[in-house]
Amino acid sequence: MIGLEHYLTVAAILFVLGVLGIALNRKNVIVILMSVELILLAVNINLVAFSSFLGDLTGQIFAMFVLTVAAGEAAIGLAILVLYFRNRGTIAVDQINQMKG
Amino acid sequence: MVEAIIFYMLAGIVLISGTAVILSKNPVHSVLWLILAFFNSAGLFLLLGAEFLAMLLVIVYVGAVAVLFLFVVMMLDIDFAELRAGFVSYLPFGLILAGVLAAELIVAAGAAALIGQPEMGVAAANVAAGAAASGDVSNTEAIGALLYTRYVYVFQGAGMILLTAMVGAIVLTHRQRGGVKKQNIMRQVARRPEDAVRITKPNTGEGVEL
Repeated sequence: MIGLEHYLTVAAILFVLGVLGIALNRKNVIVILMSVELILLAVNINLVAFSSFLGDLTGQIFAMFVLTVAAGEAAIGLAILVLYFRNRGTIAVDQINQMKG
Repeated sequence: MVEAIIFYMLAGIVLISGTAVILSKNPVHSVLWLILAFFNSAGLFLLLGAEFLAMLLVIVYVGAVAVLFLFVVMMLDIDFAELRAGFVSYLPFGLILAGVLAAELIVAAGAAALIGQPEMGVAAANVAAGAAASGDVSNTEAIGALLYTRYVYVFQGAGMILLTAMVGAIVLTHRQRGGVKKQNIMRQVARRPEDAVRITKPNTGEGVEL
């Protein structure tokens, strides 16, 4: 039978995958943003699993708010990315140092 | 038994596609793997009885966020091979980081198992709503009943966040371009016949003086 710990394991592995993605693709902002989406998805799986197994709907409602924030973050992040590409012609994040000082 | 098979299938595909998102060479492929991961997570949510959130995940993530990613990846003309340089040199650090994080999560889970099931202080109204969700009232109805009463202010805050994101994205990416021919309705309306038209009666064989 599938219990709470199965879902928590899946969410934990997905979270670690997201962190690993940020560490590995350090130059590519697009993949970094996608890794952040993976992390938020793992958090959502956690929230919904606890909500379902405790019989408490609050978890699902907060998963909805996480979804909202994720959508807003993706929109703003990609807008900044497009703006940066328009100004610099590249999206290599390790070269973003023009604002230092 | 059937539930276990479905769970392992969905969870396996989620984890495989999650790995493919961070490892694939082409970001377009990454986005497509991300869409697969979202679909299968929606399946996991369905398995958990959260059908409203599952549909929301498909609509919001697959329909909006992933398509936005795909749009941006295809719109920008980027040499992705250059961005992958140094991937191997980041690998040891990344693996150490991931290993530490995974070990901490495993230790935390083990500690939670040792302590045993914690006393769940759940508000009575929420339990009633959750019980209703599993019974005669649908999941969507129960979420709506809770969202528009107890969490109405948080809900409005979420709306403000979306509004801010929308305004921010438009302000960031909108640009005024010079040299564009535009219709000026004010000038068109203010145009008078005496400014624009001259009626002449030229004699035959003579031209019109402009």
